[in-house]
Amino acid sequence: MGALSIRNVRKSFGTVDILKGIDIEVEEGEFLILVGPSGCGKSTLLSMIAGLDVPSTGSIHIGERDVTHELPKDRDIAMVFQSYALYPNMNVAQNISFALEMRKVPKAERAAAVQRVATMLQIEHLLDRKPGQLSGGQRQRVAMGRALARNPKLFLFDEPLSNLDAKLRVEMRAEIKLLHQRTRTTTVYVTHDQVEAMTLGDRIAVMRDGVVQQFGTPDDIYTRPATRFVAEFIGSPAMNMLPVDAASVGAEALTVQGTSIALSPEQQAALRRQPAAGLVIGLRPERVQLGDRGVAGRLTLLEPTGPDTYAFVDTPLGGLVSRVAGTVTQRVGDVVNLNWDARDLHLFDTATEARIG
Amino acid sequence: MPRLVLAPSFALAFVFIYGLIAWNGVLSFSASRILPNYEFVGWAQYATLFASERWSVALKNLAIFSSLFIGLGLGLGLLLAILLDQKIRVEGTLRTIYLYPMALSFIVTGTAWKWILNPGLGLEHLVQSWGWTSFSFDWLVNPDRAIYTVVIAGVWQSAGFVMALFLAGLRGIDDSIIKAAQIDGASLPRIYWRVIIPSLRPVFFSTLLVLAHISIKSFDLVMALTAGGPGFATDVPATFMYAMSFSRGQIGLGAASATVMLATVAAIVVPYLYSELRTRK
Amino acid sequence: MIRDRRSMTLWHRFAIWSVLLLFAAFFLLPLYVMVATSLKDMAEVRDGNLLSLPGSLNFAAWHKAWSQACTGTDCGGLQPFFWNSTLMVVPAVLISTALGAVNGYVFSKWKFAYSELMFGMMLFGAFMPLQVVLLPMSQVLGWFNLADSIWGLVIVHVLVGLATTTLFFRNYYVSLPDELVRAAMLDGAGFWRIFWRIVLPLSAPILVVTLIWQFTQIWNDFLFGVVFSAGDAKPITVGLNNMANTSSSVKEYNVDMAAAMIAALPTLAIYVLAGKHFVRGLTAGAVKG
Repeated sequence: MGALSIRNVRKSFGTVDILKGIDIEVEEGEFLILVGPSGCGKSTLLSMIAGLDVPSTGSIHIGERDVTHELPKDRDIAMVFQSYALYPNMNVAQNISFALEMRKVPKAERAAAVQRVATMLQIEHLLDRKPGQLSGGQRQRVAMGRALARNPKLFLFDEPLSNLDAKLRVEMRAEIKLLHQRTRTTTVYVTHDQVEAMTLGDRIAVMRDGVVQQFGTPDDIYTRPATRFVAEFIGSPAMNMLPVDAASVGAEALTVQGTSIALSPEQQAALRRQPAAGLVIGLRPERVQLGDRGVAGRLTLLEPTGPDTYAFVDTPLGGLVSRVAGTVTQRVGDVVNLNWDARDLHLFDTATEARIG
Repeated sequence: MPRLVLAPSFALAFVFIYGLIAWNGVLSFSASRILPNYEFVGWAQYATLFASERWSVALKNLAIFSSLFIGLGLGLGLLLAILLDQKIRVEGTLRTIYLYPMALSFIVTGTAWKWILNPGLGLEHLVQSWGWTSFSFDWLVNPDRAIYTVVIAGVWQSAGFVMALFLAGLRGIDDSIIKAAQIDGASLPRIYWRVIIPSLRPVFFSTLLVLAHISIKSFDLVMALTAGGPGFATDVPATFMYAMSFSRGQIGLGAASATVMLATVAAIVVPYLYSELRTRK
Repeated sequence: MIRDRRSMTLWHRFAIWSVLLLFAAFFLLPLYVMVATSLKDMAEVRDGNLLSLPGSLNFAAWHKAWSQACTGTDCGGLQPFFWNSTLMVVPAVLISTALGAVNGYVFSKWKFAYSELMFGMMLFGAFMPLQVVLLPMSQVLGWFNLADSIWGLVIVHVLVGLATTTLFFRNYYVSLPDELVRAAMLDGAGFWRIFWRIVLPLSAPILVVTLIWQFTQIWNDFLFGVVFSAGDAKPITVGLNNMANTSSSVKEYNVDMAAAMIAALPTLAIYVLAGKHFVRGLTAGAVKG
């Protein structure tokens, strides 16, 4: 039994199904990410874990206990909200100790907890200030401090970094990860940002339309995406998608826009095992190399990001994006050649959207 | 827990509002005179009501008063709001001056204006003492004109309030729209007419509603200014209802008149409330 | 609305100022007339005109209005009525505000099935013409022997005021982030704890607005005062109206004006001291609902 078990949870509002059967087991001390586009149901799921909402069917267990119908305050969890939800009329110290006050923890212990947390998060100098006097990053830390002071069994984060500017976001991301390494508390973290998902999570649940499309480690998700959606959602720039000519499906070699695409033996075997009516080939930009051989195309756009350059190339196969380390010597308008290793190709069934090989 | 807490005050309010309205309805179908008498008489009281000359006068006065009060109130309030919006330095002071009448009771307003419009010693006397000896202003005691004195006092009391609402509305308009219009070459009056005033529609409607509400309720002002007189020339439904119920011993008739007032208000307010609560969340 | 002065010619400014000042005079004149008349004796009133200055600061009329003027058969001035109003207003304002705050809290942060409908039904009470509850209410008060007492008036004002105060607080609390309540729930606070420790401390603006609004409405009310009270319990508005309308032999306009001023002073004073909040109260009440 893991630290958190979500079993066949469904949620409907009237005729609309928000969650259509979620099953997730989280291990003790694990950092779980719930990621997906707006409306996928991740925040709803988090609310149910928190106890702010109740599933229509299914159950939620924290440790051994079935907490599906328990009130939030009885679940021994702490949550960091997107807007931090700090109490405006109380100062930082009072904000942090409020939950302890509600549990009738004696004053001395409360003060000690506040001190401990403040030191951990480096906010001792802010203890007397009110939330209105703090910067975004400081408020974020106080919100985390409020959660930490409780020493709960489970941490919940609801898109806590969305309101911060880019630079601060990167800093806070690292802090959250360090904090997790120190405290080893089981954590569920909701985000729509796939970079956060990949960098923070021990395991990731990619959600769409109320269903978990894939649940696995960041590596699993990235190198072996279960569906086309997952493949396109994770990774930036998005995976190149090349629709396979219908006529060539089932034949020995696949063609895209007439050009033949070589497959590895494993992929051919997979295709024979799971014949599909339609196929799409996926290829990650960083696997596409600019060189002397391969498919020829015209360079239409260059986006230098500093460490990498994204090259947009018009080819007979369609538009392709290549991610090249460093800078590119060719210029826009030049003819370039793209090549790749057949083993880096992903094959997706257009009917089921699932990955075949 | 929340339901439990809400229950008593909701029950009270509910009983108060709907229970008493129902009771009033019952009375309006009864033969009550000086005391309640629950003998059912169908629509008799309503028939008497609409045959009553006094009630017709009251309805007519309500129509006259409402249209003038609302029209002038909106117009004056909007004008003052637009003027005050032109970056006037003493805006705060002027706003205070325009608004203070709202802090007064209608009785105070009525008493004051009754004195000001006093034929013989008030406005008439003042203008005459300035040299215009043939000036006469006996509206207060003139059966045909008295209702207009109520309009004057009412507008004086409420125009500042309308101004405050419109001013808040004006201030809420996005600056960039105005700037875009200026770059497009529109002159200031044009901008007001085509851009600003149309965006005040919501404020316009809620103000209209509030003014309509005040005018239907107007009892205090009429009582203090003219007591419904001369005779019953300035009677309005509210004063009619009071007179019938509490001094003429015609409770059934009074209840009927109250029900008619309610129906009129409900016809305007209920659709408005419904649309507001639907669109809000 | 124009943000730069270039398009404003001097003539424009002059025109705008004249209109504004003209209307300022329109609004101020009655106040001036009231005060001036109240400081004259009847001889000055008859000899002079509306606008003429009083000869001296003669408070005789005020004194008479306060303690000697006749309101019907009693000739004890406005004093008893002033105290009646005070005794009525204080509890009515406090109770209706307190109940409205809790109601608004429930309707905004603890929504349940049909809560919007219930809110709408309660709201109708703020809009209905009060005439429609006068007759039944006087019966009810009669049953409880409250017909001619100050407490009867207090109860009526609380019941009527509840719709408005609930509206004010509900609209205000709706703008408080829901996440605050959720965070508090997670921290282990219950319904009342959240109200006392978090929601109420954040209510200062709307509390002020509601208190001022209710005070003004209830102090200035006449309809309930005249229907539900008699004899010793009449509020000041009734006293004033009786005084100004008595068909006694000689009309003493200066006393009438002094009486009107006395009746107006409490709400005027509050307006002058806390006017900003008063304005916000009006706009909050009307624009939003």
